[in-house]
Amino acid sequence: MSRTQHQFKLVLLGESAVGKSSLVLRFVKDQFDDYRESTIGAAFLTQTVTLDDNTVVKFEIWDTAGQERYKARAPMYYRNANCAVVVYDITQTASLEKAKTWIRELQRQADPSIIIALCGNKTDLEARRQVTKEEAQKYAEEEGLMWSETSAKSGEGVADIFISIARKLPKNVPPTASRGAGGATPTGRARVDLNKQTPTAGPDACNC
Amino acid sequence: MDEVYDVIVLGTGLTECILSGLLSVEGKKVLHMDRNDYYGGDSASLNLTQLYRKFRPDQPPPAELGRDRDYAIDLIPKFIISSGELTRILVHTDVTRYLEFKQIAGSFVFRDGKISKVPSTEMEAVRSPLMGIFEKRRAKKFFEFLQNWKDDDPATHQGIDLDKDTMKAVYEKFGLEPGTQDFIGHAMALHLDDDYINKVARPTYDRIVLYTSSMARYGKSPYIYPLYGLGELPQSFARLSAIYGGTYMLDKKIDEIITDPATGKFLGVRSGKETVKAKQVIGDPSYFGGGTSGASDGGKVRVLEEGKVIRAICILKHPIPGTDNADSVQIIIPQNQVNRRNDIYIASVSSTHNVCAKDVYVAIVSTIVETSRPEQEIEPGLALLGPIYAKFVSVTPLYIPTSSGTEDNIFITRSYDATSHFETVVEDVQDVWKRVFGSDLVLKKREVEVTE
Repeated sequence: MSRTQHQFKLVLLGESAVGKSSLVLRFVKDQFDDYRESTIGAAFLTQTVTLDDNTVVKFEIWDTAGQERYKARAPMYYRNANCAVVVYDITQTASLEKAKTWIRELQRQADPSIIIALCGNKTDLEARRQVTKEEAQKYAEEEGLMWSETSAKSGEGVADIFISIARKLPKNVPPTASRGAGGATPTGRARVDLNKQTPTAGPDACNC
Repeated sequence: MDEVYDVIVLGTGLTECILSGLLSVEGKKVLHMDRNDYYGGDSASLNLTQLYRKFRPDQPPPAELGRDRDYAIDLIPKFIISSGELTRILVHTDVTRYLEFKQIAGSFVFRDGKISKVPSTEMEAVRSPLMGIFEKRRAKKFFEFLQNWKDDDPATHQGIDLDKDTMKAVYEKFGLEPGTQDFIGHAMALHLDDDYINKVARPTYDRIVLYTSSMARYGKSPYIYPLYGLGELPQSFARLSAIYGGTYMLDKKIDEIITDPATGKFLGVRSGKETVKAKQVIGDPSYFGGGTSGASDGGKVRVLEEGKVIRAICILKHPIPGTDNADSVQIIIPQNQVNRRNDIYIASVSSTHNVCAKDVYVAIVSTIVETSRPEQEIEPGLALLGPIYAKFVSVTPLYIPTSSGTEDNIFITRSYDATSHFETVVEDVQDVWKRVFGSDLVLKKREVEVTE
């Protein structure tokens, strides 16, 4: 049976220090770093998920790179995003409020077909829980969002959330998320690939 | 804001964003601020709400133009020349992963009252009405001479010294008619006026080579353009900077540039009650007295006006007549054709580039201002567009810094000029880099973290 691969752009949102980067690091590299400082150098992460029917979903993951602070998020970030993971910290009630703000922003700015998953992180800190499962789940249901809880530290629930999103993403349309340089995907529709070497260069090419 | 930074960058125009991207990759601790709540400064692309807010604050955008989010209207009319330095920076920094490009469909030149396509293939050249049959032969000899030129092979020089002889001498050697000279000098070498004719030929040779190699790279025209507008360019470099630790603050009013009263050296900037310190500051002229909203700065003159550019952003409901319904074009009106000193440019893009709603076209007519009635000066350009649905005109002073900044650690960039591509922006980036570091900008391939 042939394996078909679909590529999707996934964006992360959420307040600082809720564990956005840790979540991705766990998903992509199965690592966790207790003292990870704010995101530096995580340029561009990709990870593939193979579903039961043998379809392969490749996530092109965009971290916020800290630009969500100080009102400096770029429109480019949401552009053509197929799915978003909005993260809050279950030990911080305020972080859920912030997540709600991001969700409203996504509903306003992003493509209407975007799939949004609300994710309560840090279940390893159960003793300090402030946000109940019921409360978050109720909000997610009202807004039509996917919802689950994770611990980037222990790994609990991390793969599940990405697999659930992968299942939900439409596979019948050709993926539009890939942005040029990926290499594996066709650039299509008269788009130009700057990374390709010029076949003819210099004045030889003059046709006049 | 209490931290100390290596560099504070003011304004998120393309020049400043390329610089902060490169500085962050280099390991500098960068704080990048902008008074606007959007990226791009003078090189931004605006949605309809932002466009109307800027030009017609008391009028909402008409509903019939469609959804706000479908629009990204450039404030400056520029394209990327495909074999130029900006392309090299885009590829080297890998920001191409955030961007998609399309070609500009065609390049046209105005001659004797009508526009003709600048030939992009031999077939088009043979059919082109721009030259008669004998002139085509002479032009062919001229281009063969350029093609075959090798610096170290005097046999290819045909008695010409590109570094000593003027362009006039070169044209005369090949017996090219004034109309052909206009075409070569303005539509290909992209000179804005005729001053180049009496200067040495080398820069014009370099410009023609850049044009023809760019034309050959993708085919239809020498230009490419980022989907969703030019404003994507500063955003992509800002992201590069942020990924390497750069801190971004938008919607941040800059109230004061603080300098040491004794030495005049830069200390920091103040925004409201907050003050942030850094060793150096880089910023666009509007933060240093260029324009009205500059920060308080002890009355020091840091920028000079070097002329003005008029730009008319025109929203059309049809492609520009005579362009074969092209989805995007550049049209050059050489100065001689309309009795001016400076060329008039038209740059047009459309929904093909995701910058406006379907069946809408955006054309920007621009030129360097020569008289006290700039709007009249662009009329020959406006006349080529057909009915104009909406027009937003700006007359913008071009500022240049009065000093290199090495004395006081205040490094000011230049305004976006009237040229039709970004090569002078890259020159400014290289110039600022050299002023800041004292050495040339060398592009290193960055390490990219990609996990498969």
